[in-house]
Amino acid sequence: MAAITAPVSARKHYLNIDYSWRSWLLTVDHKRIAILYLLSITLFFFVGGFFATLLRLELVTPQGDVVQAETYNKLFTMHGVTMIFFFLIPSIPAVLGNFLLPLMIGARDLAFPRLNLLSWYLFMLGALSAVAAMAAGGVDTGWTFYPPYSTRSSNSQVVLTGLGAFIAGFSSILTGLNFIVTIHTMRAPGLTWFRLPLFVWAHYATSLIMLLGTPVIAITIALAGIERLLRIGIFDPALGGDPVLFQHLFWFYSHPAVYIMILPGMGVISEIIPCFARRRIFGYRFIAFSSFAIAIIGFLAWGHHLFVSGQSVYASMTFSAITYLVAIPSAIKTFNWTATLYKGSIAYRTPLWYALWFIGLFVIGGLTGLFVAALPVDVHVHDTYFVVAHFHYIMVGGQVMAYLAALHFWWPKFSGRMYPEGLAKFAAFTIFIGFNLTFFPQFILGYLGMPRRYYTYAPEFQVLNVLSTAGASILAFGFILPMVYFVWSLRYGRKADPNPWEATGLEWQTSSPPTTHNFEQTPVVTHGPYAYSPQEPHDYLPQGVARV
Amino acid sequence: MDDARTRMDEPNPLSATVDRHGSPYLAHHFDDLEQQFESARLGTWAFLATEVMFFGGMFLAYTVYRGAYPEAFAEASHHLDWRLGALNTIVLLTSSLTMALAVWAGQTGRRRPLIIFLAITMLLGLVFLGVKSVEYTEKYLEGHMPLLGLPFAWEGEHAGQAALFFDLYFVMTGFHALHMIIGIGIIAVLIGLAWRGRFNAHYFTPIEMTGLYWHFVDIVWVFLYPLLYLIGGIALGE
Ligand code: HEM
Ligand SMILES: [Cu+2]
Repeated sequence: MAAITAPVSARKHYLNIDYSWRSWLLTVDHKRIAILYLLSITLFFFVGGFFATLLRLELVTPQGDVVQAETYNKLFTMHGVTMIFFFLIPSIPAVLGNFLLPLMIGARDLAFPRLNLLSWYLFMLGALSAVAAMAAGGVDTGWTFYPPYSTRSSNSQVVLTGLGAFIAGFSSILTGLNFIVTIHTMRAPGLTWFRLPLFVWAHYATSLIMLLGTPVIAITIALAGIERLLRIGIFDPALGGDPVLFQHLFWFYSHPAVYIMILPGMGVISEIIPCFARRRIFGYRFIAFSSFAIAIIGFLAWGHHLFVSGQSVYASMTFSAITYLVAIPSAIKTFNWTATLYKGSIAYRTPLWYALWFIGLFVIGGLTGLFVAALPVDVHVHDTYFVVAHFHYIMVGGQVMAYLAALHFWWPKFSGRMYPEGLAKFAAFTIFIGFNLTFFPQFILGYLGMPRRYYTYAPEFQVLNVLSTAGASILAFGFILPMVYFVWSLRYGRKADPNPWEATGLEWQTSSPPTTHNFEQTPVVTHGPYAYSPQEPHDYLPQGVARV
Repeated sequence: MDDARTRMDEPNPLSATVDRHGSPYLAHHFDDLEQQFESARLGTWAFLATEVMFFGGMFLAYTVYRGAYPEAFAEASHHLDWRLGALNTIVLLTSSLTMALAVWAGQTGRRRPLIIFLAITMLLGLVFLGVKSVEYTEKYLEGHMPLLGLPFAWEGEHAGQAALFFDLYFVMTGFHALHMIIGIGIIAVLIGLAWRGRFNAHYFTPIEMTGLYWHFVDIVWVFLYPLLYLIGGIALGE
């Protein structure tokens, strides 16, 4: 590719074009907004991590020594709320999706740049409200806000926290809306639907869930809040309401929302595997459509959270069967990634390691999802540490690994610098070991009957809990490393070429970091993605060339 | 890097109206006005899909409880004034007509009719809210406002279930009224912009999008009215 070879420092790009506060806080550049999100969610990741540390410390011994029941309830609630609403849901879409989507489709920006900025402000406003709630004493309802925990039985900051989740929800809706419109109307000439990178397909499916699921949780939380504020009884059985209705409404969003927390990660993996295996992706269309299958079937599976709530057994059987169906598109993806690796000429760089962690850990998380989707098994393990381990294998083992894979893979594009490879590999292995040591024992604990959400436990569970806490310390250390060396690399890292991985996507055909408007000229797309093969002139063929 | 391009790379925080191809209405990141219009339209429809799901949650709650407590709901529904509801339905449907006319005036670049139709639409919206507040006041005076621990005057059985009906009534019509207020606010802004001649036959996107929103809010009311006021039939002679 005719790369732009001017040295980074001499060239104007989206980062060095203006250093004023105003230019950041009023920016409409999708890349700068992505950076704003990156900084904010990193902060919330460490806030959530702080609560997790206290939780794990308390669980080192069977009795309550660090905190007592009430504080413990608040800690796991605030851990869940922060991690889910203010870290995991925005993680890949708001940071990497924002940054990459326009670049990948050859556009100058998202369709609605000012709306994009508004999304960030709404996100921050929501976060501020949640943080204010924490400062004012915290909440103790669980991140699920079930009544009556969230209605008559709690005198903690439910309304303020709910308001935070409600406002942040609108940020998510607007981001999804922006992505969908952008993918429809802003594609570069020649970029047909089946030439789109799978990252883009995955974000389209994610956006559909954001658009159609999030308003349901918004109204659900709003109703619970109104119930508290106006003292009415929509969900309160004492006033004629039905708490199970809340659970239905809540999970109607929150089950699809778990796919907001995994589909973008799947999109990332689909980009990274072919690049480091130097092979065309296996089953492109299957992977593209399986994202939609997951999004659509995901909307019909929510009742598997209500198996023990008194829901009709026929409903439970139906929801169980539908939940099994979700396994099919998930497996399609996993097999296709594996097939792509097969006989590839693999370069074991850090992003690939994280992608491999993703595949392995997602398989464990997904298969244990099938365990809990089976009625008799779920009756046994429901509300135990087995479920906790299951969803952490998906959320952390899946999405957080994908997020780290993506940060490393696209860091040269973000910053114009390379991260230090040796240290990054060390961190990747530390995180992998720490993660498994933290969460694998929890499968066993749950299977043996340790319930979740308690600050004390029976003495025979101590060994496994100590192991888990030891793992958590390793994991925490592992998470701090990238923070340090990413910042270090901004100054001391090797300067990055426009296309350091010799990848095919359009985002690699412009300079690192890109200029404010992304491309010198609108690129013309001539090929599908992932044309990696020894037959090509440089062993790969970029998706497009700049119009001359 | 060529010179023209360098200039374009300069920061332009709120640059929605940068002139790139001679049109002052084209935002910097679009290629042409058609692409810009298509984006706005798709975005509005997507937003309305979100709104459908938002109201859908309340309609679901309504359906569940009406299915569970049919008598109490019918009984409670008789305490709403179907005449005022009907009046408001007419007011809103008329406002949809004037909104459609405003969109037509916008598309054809007629400034005066545009302002007039927008103003009538806004006025009708305000009438709707006025009638609504009369109804709310009435409910308050009759003791049929079981909020904030206010006394609930219910002679008859199933007071709790009837209270649930009124709770849903206030929540659903309240959210609807909130959407009306937002709509009226947007129309007010549009009138201001039209006054300053910001719209013409080539650029009327905001008017058309506001029109879609306004019709959506009307349609919600078209569902709310029968579901809240007319269940169990109405007694015309009353
Ligand atoms: C893909 C990403 C996924 C994420 C982020 C995720 C997350 C979660 C979370 C947070 C819970 C606990 C809810 C709570 O009680 O607070 C949960 C429970 C559950 N998950 Fe997943 N999950 C994912 C995938 C799956 C899959 C693939 C399946 C099945 C094929 C599944 C089936 C279940 C079931 C049945 C439960 C309920 C267990 C119980 O309540 O006892 N999940 N999941
Ligand atoms: Cu679920």
